[in-house]
Amino acid sequence: MTENNQEKIGVYVCHCGTNIAGVVNVQEVAEWAASKLKHRGVVIAREYKFMCSSLGQELIEKDIKELGLNRVVVAACSPHLHEKTFRTACANAGLNPFLCEMVSIREQVSWVHTDKVAATAKAKAMIAGGVERVRYNSPLEPLMVPINPATLVVGGGIAGIQSALEIADAGHHVYMVEREPSIGGHMAQFDKTFPTLDCAACILTPKMVSVGSHPNITLLTWSEVEKVEGYVGNFTVTVRKKARKINEELCTGCGICQEKCPKKVIDNVYEAGLGYRKAIYTPFPQAVPNRPVMDVENCTYYEKGTCKACEKFCPTNAIDFDQQDEILNFEVGNIVLATGYDLFDARRVTNYGYGRLPNVFTSLEVERLTNAAGPTTGNIVLRDGKTVPKAVGIIHCVGSRDRNFNNYCSVICCMQSLKFAHLVHERTGATVYNFYIDMRTAFKDYDEFYQRVLEEGTLFVRGKVAEVSDVPRTEREKGKLIIQVEDTLVGKQRRIPVDMVILSTGLEPRKDAKEVAKLFGISCSVNGWFIEKHPKLDPIATMTEGIYIAGCAQGPKDIPNSVAQGAAASARVLGKIEQKQIALEPIRASVIEEKCSGCRICNGLCPFNAITFHEDRMVTEINPALCQGCGTCVAACPAGAITGTGFSNDQIMAQIEGLLMLNVDQELAVA
Amino acid sequence: MTEKPKFAMYWAASCGGCEIAVLNIHEKILDVDANFDVVFWPVAMDAKYKDVEAMEDGSILLTLFNGGIRNDENEHIAKLLRKKSKILVAFGSCANEGCIPGLANLSDSREIVHTAFNTISTDNPHEIYPMTSYDVPEGEIHIPKILPVLKTLDQVVDVDYYMPGCPPESHQIAAVIDLVVDVLHGKAELPPKGTVIGAGNSTVCDECKRTRNVKTIKSFQRIWGVAPDPSLCLLEQGIPCNGPATRSGCNARCPTAGAQCIGCYGPAEGVADYGARLISAFASVIDAKDPQEIDRILDGLVDPTGQFYRFNLAGSLLKAAVPAWKAESTHEKEKA
Ligand SMILES: Cc1cc2nc3c(=O)[nH]c(=O)nc-3n(C[C@H](O)[C@H](O)[C@H](O)COP(=O)(O)OP(=O)(O)OC[C@H]3O[C@@H](n4cnc5c(N)ncnc54)[C@H](O)[C@@H]3O)c2cc1C
Ligand code: SF4
Ligand code: SF4
Ligand code: SF4
Ligand code: SF4
Repeated sequence: MTENNQEKIGVYVCHCGTNIAGVVNVQEVAEWAASKLKHRGVVIAREYKFMCSSLGQELIEKDIKELGLNRVVVAACSPHLHEKTFRTACANAGLNPFLCEMVSIREQVSWVHTDKVAATAKAKAMIAGGVERVRYNSPLEPLMVPINPATLVVGGGIAGIQSALEIADAGHHVYMVEREPSIGGHMAQFDKTFPTLDCAACILTPKMVSVGSHPNITLLTWSEVEKVEGYVGNFTVTVRKKARKINEELCTGCGICQEKCPKKVIDNVYEAGLGYRKAIYTPFPQAVPNRPVMDVENCTYYEKGTCKACEKFCPTNAIDFDQQDEILNFEVGNIVLATGYDLFDARRVTNYGYGRLPNVFTSLEVERLTNAAGPTTGNIVLRDGKTVPKAVGIIHCVGSRDRNFNNYCSVICCMQSLKFAHLVHERTGATVYNFYIDMRTAFKDYDEFYQRVLEEGTLFVRGKVAEVSDVPRTEREKGKLIIQVEDTLVGKQRRIPVDMVILSTGLEPRKDAKEVAKLFGISCSVNGWFIEKHPKLDPIATMTEGIYIAGCAQGPKDIPNSVAQGAAASARVLGKIEQKQIALEPIRASVIEEKCSGCRICNGLCPFNAITFHEDRMVTEINPALCQGCGTCVAACPAGAITGTGFSNDQIMAQIEGLLMLNVDQELAVA
Repeated sequence: MTEKPKFAMYWAASCGGCEIAVLNIHEKILDVDANFDVVFWPVAMDAKYKDVEAMEDGSILLTLFNGGIRNDENEHIAKLLRKKSKILVAFGSCANEGCIPGLANLSDSREIVHTAFNTISTDNPHEIYPMTSYDVPEGEIHIPKILPVLKTLDQVVDVDYYMPGCPPESHQIAAVIDLVVDVLHGKAELPPKGTVIGAGNSTVCDECKRTRNVKTIKSFQRIWGVAPDPSLCLLEQGIPCNGPATRSGCNARCPTAGAQCIGCYGPAEGVADYGARLISAFASVIDAKDPQEIDRILDGLVDPTGQFYRFNLAGSLLKAAVPAWKAESTHEKEKA
């Protein structure tokens, strides 16, 4: 491949506007490459404002055709962004795309340095590395594999529901895996939704029912994904279907078991701790599927050995105390993760007294209080269950935009606080105070809703609440909760006595988000939300092909945006399914059989299960369709029997030599 | 009768084991004598450097060179023999990769001299150190100067073939002699320049008869502390066997005898750094996730350099520790 000095390498240095050219002397770099790397095979070096523009690409194509280039090095942004662009340009001109190498002089040079001279010298060294490396690149052909048209949707909140329905309606099979006994997610707990105040159940339940009855959807609730293997187009998924202790075929969902079950349990999930459920229960009347689960940790029979009231009364003999967890395996081509969020734990803000002061409530509790099907049938009352508050304080940004907790904005809290202000006002006639830092009502019809709540007479205090206390200083404060706040518009401290405090708690990543991310081979941001492939241009995809994210799992957002992302993820999945087959990057590992000693060091290492050992011949083999080219085994094989295309030892060593400028006149490199 | 082709063998920084291994081929040594005219072999016969210097360039057909380049005498003879030989073979681990003498590259050469001449094991009350030149009534006499780092033969001169092993196994030496004799008689062809001869293309595990499974290591054991299962892979039993990384060719002698492979046949074909390969291999099969647990397991490898670089330090990517390397660059600059 090399040594015969047949290389004709073209080097293209991009300005990226001023992104690169502001720090790196691009012109000098290009001239340097043309003269000082000539003996390494460089026949042309150019600089251009935007290499990724069609004119920039045409430059490369033209040179390939006219100068007979057989290797190309583009010094520009990160390969994540434009490797494909430049590879395609090479392919258009008839050059195998894998003979094109990118050098990142933006992310790795101009964006991280301020010293122009040093940055320019570093850019030269990196280009020398790229040139040395590309000499050892070999032409590669992509691997075509069929795409399994089935899709896995994890999480049955509104985002997951939307995604599943879109794909199923398009005629493809969907497996929906939901951890809780019913789908619906957080939205199922709300009464009204901002800004239109339509009833959450009225708009959500029809969709839930569609999921439950859709011929193309296999709904697995009370289930969790345990293992994911394979790659885009061909994932094998292992799901644990937890034992409901109910024969779902026989059960008709009549509800007699829950009625007869003597064991009451505080419902910390659906009722946010405000109400009770039984030991055998469906979380709410409209649950889908309408099949109960038995909570064996709280069931009297499991505790004491007797009871079985449910079994006695069940008219169809559906109760099955012997039922075990089931492990299911199935194959899918794409995966949508819509696992949503957890609520910030208001106890952490100790100065607001949640958990200590009974009449301090969280947002989710208030959602249940306002809900006609909730524990108080929609009456907004104090913790005693009967007293109607006369004054209510709603505190925005609890746990959000706060250096002590989460730095980010939870997006929905302002609107949710306005919704509560409206509902409290409407249902109790109480005086309502909203304590906000900034009012963020930035979507369609949101600010109009704010105007409406303003007109309804809600009092707005701009300032961060310092404390909620039950220690009175005046007669007027006796028996009240006092909100201590600096009113920044008036410029003075205020103490406002109220009967009820509502904490607009923010959204947090799921507690297990990191583990879930690992299971699916994606990553979480510093804050813990799943990371999208690109924050602006690809918010739905992830760095792992075939895995998409939607809804609050990606970051805080409201229902319309969650739905939009659910639909967008489906569009991406459907696009993939339509392709029918997919070209896998030919960056793969393979075993040179004669060199393999069968030591078996590599055998247990592949995260994609691509490695098989042949006992009979005592050699290891790699399945090229399963291998993702991660390089783990290549690094581990002590015999050097595994090679990775695109990352061969020769390529890496040559690149290092290039970086160290071993083959060029170094004096001239550093100006 | 036409003249017999000429043969030479030389020892530089080495222990002498390679020479013994050559003699250990028994009656095969007669083939050497029958086919070659032995012109230079200091360990076996008297010879003077000036006789070699007087020979015509390229007049020696085959030179087996063992030992690393430790002092200026070694360097001089290496260059001399290169000039005089058609085929120069780096013979044995020292010439190939530095071997045990190469471990001295961990220290500055002054420190080495100091350790040898003035530590508790050496009674040297007058601090007498060897001098490289000394005036005597008959004139000035010299002893060779130690170089800052030990180099492998091919770091100093161009090498045609490599024959690894500490020492090379006698059956492999015999096979190579057979081959050269066949080439002389036109019955075989020489392999391409740069080939490793007298060894296999895989690693020691390939020749090891022990059964092996997917490896998971929970702790490393020292060989004297355990009675290993006689039929199971030693590495799986936590005994740090270097077999997976070491070039085959020895018939897995050590593991067969119940001792771990220590790596004398050097890296496998195409491997740039033996120790690094082995480190990443061992690290890959350590069965723990908790960093403290991993540290505890790794502490079981009491002498990492000895484990991973016993034979290969001078031939590795790093070659030497920083003090030795610094002294070497100063030395290079002074020469230039
Ligand atoms: C108090 C409050 C009021 C709100 N009011 C409004 C409003 O009025 N209007 C509005 O637009 N937005 C509102 N929001 C925001 C709204 O809740 C979210 O935008 C929306 O629910 C996000 O839907 P989702 O599907 O992404 O997540 P979720 O609703 O959280 O659904 C995620 C689902 O995934 C499941 N799951 C999680 N992990 C796993 C796993 N590992 N395996 C299987 N299943 C899993 C969960 O059980 C859940 O069913 C409000 C939020 C709060 C906190
Ligand atoms: S057996 Fe358990 S689930 Fe059934 S009725 Fe009794 S307590 Fe309830
Ligand atoms: S690590 Fe290398 S030599 Fe060992 S079994 Fe795997 S491929 Fe073969
Ligand atoms: S490079 Fe090796 S470990 Fe990585 S996916 Fe391929 S076979 Fe598996
Ligand atoms: S004992 Fe050593 S040489 Fe034998 S198989 Fe195990 S690691 Fe390889």
